[in-house]
Amino acid sequence: MKKTIITLTSVVILSLGLATQANASETAKPPAEEWSWTGYFGSFDRPSAQRGLQVYAEVCASCHGLKRIAYRNLSDLGYSVEDIKSFAAEYEVEDGPNTEGEMFMRAAKPSDSFVSPFANDEEAIAINGALPPDLSLIVKARAGGEGHIGINFIKWMAGRGTASGADYIYHLLTGYIDEDDLEAAIKSGDLPHDFELVEGKSINKWFPGHNITMVAPVDDDAVEYEDGTEATKEQVSRDIATFLAWASEPELEKRKSVGIKAILFLFVLLGLFIAVKRRMWANIKH
Amino acid sequence: MSGPAPEFKNPIVRWIDVRLPVFTFMHHEYRGFPVPKNLNYFWSFGGMAMVALIGMILTGIMLAMQYTPHVDHAFDSVERIMRDVNWGWLIRYIHMNGGSMFFIVVYIHIFRGLYYGSYKDPRELLWILGVVLFILMMATAFMGYVLPWGQMSFWGATVITNLFSAIPVVGDAIVTWLWGGFSVDNPTLNRFFSLHFLLPFAILGVVILHIAAMHVSGSNNPKGIEPKGPQDTVMFHPFMTAKDTVALIAFILVWAFFVFYAPNYMGHPDNYIPADPFSTPAHIVPEWYFLPFYGILRAFTADAFIYWPVAWLMTPKLMGVLAMFASLGLLAVLPWLDTSRVKSCSFRPIYKWLVIIFVLDVIFLGYLGGKPAEGWYVPASQWATFYYFVHFLVLTPLVGWFEKPKPLPTSISEPVLDTDSSK
Repeated sequence: MKKTIITLTSVVILSLGLATQANASETAKPPAEEWSWTGYFGSFDRPSAQRGLQVYAEVCASCHGLKRIAYRNLSDLGYSVEDIKSFAAEYEVEDGPNTEGEMFMRAAKPSDSFVSPFANDEEAIAINGALPPDLSLIVKARAGGEGHIGINFIKWMAGRGTASGADYIYHLLTGYIDEDDLEAAIKSGDLPHDFELVEGKSINKWFPGHNITMVAPVDDDAVEYEDGTEATKEQVSRDIATFLAWASEPELEKRKSVGIKAILFLFVLLGLFIAVKRRMWANIKH
Repeated sequence: MSGPAPEFKNPIVRWIDVRLPVFTFMHHEYRGFPVPKNLNYFWSFGGMAMVALIGMILTGIMLAMQYTPHVDHAFDSVERIMRDVNWGWLIRYIHMNGGSMFFIVVYIHIFRGLYYGSYKDPRELLWILGVVLFILMMATAFMGYVLPWGQMSFWGATVITNLFSAIPVVGDAIVTWLWGGFSVDNPTLNRFFSLHFLLPFAILGVVILHIAAMHVSGSNNPKGIEPKGPQDTVMFHPFMTAKDTVALIAFILVWAFFVFYAPNYMGHPDNYIPADPFSTPAHIVPEWYFLPFYGILRAFTADAFIYWPVAWLMTPKLMGVLAMFASLGLLAVLPWLDTSRVKSCSFRPIYKWLVIIFVLDVIFLGYLGGKPAEGWYVPASQWATFYYFVHFLVLTPLVGWFEKPKPLPTSISEPVLDTDSSK
């Protein structure tokens, strides 16, 4: 009996070990940061996410869309209906056709999705030289795992989820290397020896290939925070990563709180049925 | 095999049973169905697979109500399910992880069959139906993974459907026919959705045959000797149902853990990027449960030693495709490759280790299948592939002849009654 369970468990873990291969990334992995929403009980740090919204609106939104989030979704982050209405009203969306058959512009409403900065991908590429990706899913889409197969497995099982995507965002934003520091960066191993800067690109330690079209978007005091927090480059990068993690997985908090109840229920049920089974088999020699 | 005809007290049940004896049938097949009493928890994985299938069908039907099979809307409709549909994230995560869970339990179910010789006389057809189920599952899972229309969906579909182009003369025509066009595009997505909806019901049909065949021969057991009488068995209901329920709850617990706490662990992050035919991901990898077979497929490079013998006859790509299908086909003929009459590896001191090494080889192939085709991974996957076939075609028949099995107990209950340890 015990032997069977041990065998079974090891077979299951071995099979699961395979799964890690599918999402282990090949390029260097940015170091893991502490985030508030990891673990079995984690939740988004509201003030940080709110500051992140400010960073998005004042910095990122000039190039990047966030089209899968509607203004009404901001109530998740603790904004009131009034706040959301006035925030949405700062943007214009195309509506129509009206009774005359004309398309017209109007102020955005809470039910509208975040207005994208460009009319279409072609316009975005024409202006920026490359497509600035929509940020709605960026944290999930950059969650390249936790590196080593065993550590990756343990961290996922501990409920770290797609936080490796937020690690990437944070380190990407803080990982820009000045052209003057190029030699030093190659010497220190931050960049590969054969690195060559492509004309018109910026250098980033964590971007695959290290040549990135996006110029360093945040610096110290890139924004002036409404809540008075000092806007260091690191703080701004943390806040935007937190906000984008929420945008990627707005269901995360509900998922985790329902999860605890479901898992506890199943554990109790399992205990009861183990008792039933033992009682049933008590008189059978096997 | 069946007990006395049951007397139903409920008049409605009696009325129905006279006209359509479903209750008598259920009574005979479960309350009156004897199973070896020494079954261990490995025998619960069939039931788990059944629960996984039903869970997949139910969540799948709900997802289909909200999903739009169109290249311009598929990705968005999945994200709408995740964000705006009530409990949509739960349904979708159950379905998404359910695929992996289904494969985990089925792989263990297959391992159980390999280790305890469940494929041998009189269960060959039962086993072959199982192989058919496995192949149907793979087809269904492959098409399901295409539906969210992310980067891995698109490129996975492109790579796998392109395999058929290796077929001489008609290959390219077949690929065009499969795609419904000249690349993976809207017609491909539409037909994959249609087939992904259809195939699970085909699986359900074959599952019923699989279970029917099992009810004819009865379950195998860890000793691999057939029950000699009632002292060796218990009735399926209530004894096995009580035991299987424990296993099922444990299974659902693991499934729930992934749904709530690691829903994206077994997926690929690139699938949260909408499909883009103009941008190829750095490494295209299939879902983890295909990796061992993907490893076999890729092992056949032009300079691979396993390719030399057939180099005069076909391209390495064609050989890879044939080997991949052969690796599944060999499972189906295993009952005739294994020459030993002893079923359970508990009594086969050599083959026992061969089965374990084989399983490690498959896991290793899976590891290699997930790695880029470079460096030591390439020769390693060639040797692992070589061993996969040697196991079935050389070792399994050979060991059956010269291996001296341990003495078999005379009956299932003998070791218990003799108060002698069963080992």
